[in-house]
Amino acid sequence: MNKIKSLEDLKKVREEALRKRDLRASSGQTEIVVGMGTVGIAAGARETLKAILDYIESENLSGVMVRQAGNIGLDSFEPVVQVTVGEQQKVTYGKVSPDAAVRIMKEHIVGGNIVKELMLNI
Amino acid sequence: MRELALHLLDIAENSVSARAANIYILVEEDTQQDTLRMLVKDNGSGMTPEMVAKVIDPFTTSRTTRKVGLGIPLLKAAAEMCEGWLKIESTVGLGTTVEVLFKRSHIDRMPLGNLAETFVNLLIGTPNVHWVFEYKLNQNSFLFDDEPIKNELDEIPLSEPAVIKFIREYFHSGFLSVKEQI
Repeated sequence: MNKIKSLEDLKKVREEALRKRDLRASSGQTEIVVGMGTVGIAAGARETLKAILDYIESENLSGVMVRQAGNIGLDSFEPVVQVTVGEQQKVTYGKVSPDAAVRIMKEHIVGGNIVKELMLNI
Repeated sequence: MRELALHLLDIAENSVSARAANIYILVEEDTQQDTLRMLVKDNGSGMTPEMVAKVIDPFTTSRTTRKVGLGIPLLKAAAEMCEGWLKIESTVGLGTTVEVLFKRSHIDRMPLGNLAETFVNLLIGTPNVHWVFEYKLNQNSFLFDDEPIKNELDEIPLSEPAVIKFIREYFHSGFLSVKEQI
């Protein structure tokens, strides 16, 4: 009756992830931070974060750290997403809808090109 | 906010800001008592009675030492519209518990919404917190404690694709197991 996945499956997940990590060239960590303050949540930040996780899962993208933060202080630009690729400077994006998030994943994270139209100059 | 799950996300973020190491979230639906109860309990910095009053009151204009938002006043208003209430218990240095109750069948009671995605976001997005989530529907419950999973994963980050998949499926089957037993 218990349909909850067992920790056995998780062991396999860990082994696979370790293997992948050894294979991947160390080009630096990518970090994505999604603002999740009250204004962010009301503006749809949860759906934005979901879109980012969906993309990582479906494209099997390793090495991307995803985090939530509280209110970043840019209320009128929520949902706000900050991207840091390796040693490069942090880029702050504003009004990131789920579709915009996918675009950022494709063009910036994978493609290496900042999406200038969505970027906030702060 | 159109979902109670989003209000929960908001309150849990308060707990994170309070530097809680442990956060427990309970969502309890009781069809016989006709209640929907939510609880967020943390061991963060806690608040003085004055701060608690400020947090609940949206019209505070005096100087505050930290920013206070509309999340709690709006949730309180939503609960009271549904013959419910919101209560905050807090002790400085020990932590805070926010509890809210709704009349479950009330016509104005907003939907619970995507609880699973809320939990997934909190877990993956704030991995340094020890999260315990519990969902109860009448006699049936699903309890999720992130500790065994984090122990098993060790240094593997939660935002690895296979881990995201695992976590989502885990929650999905957990919620299903509660609903199926009615």
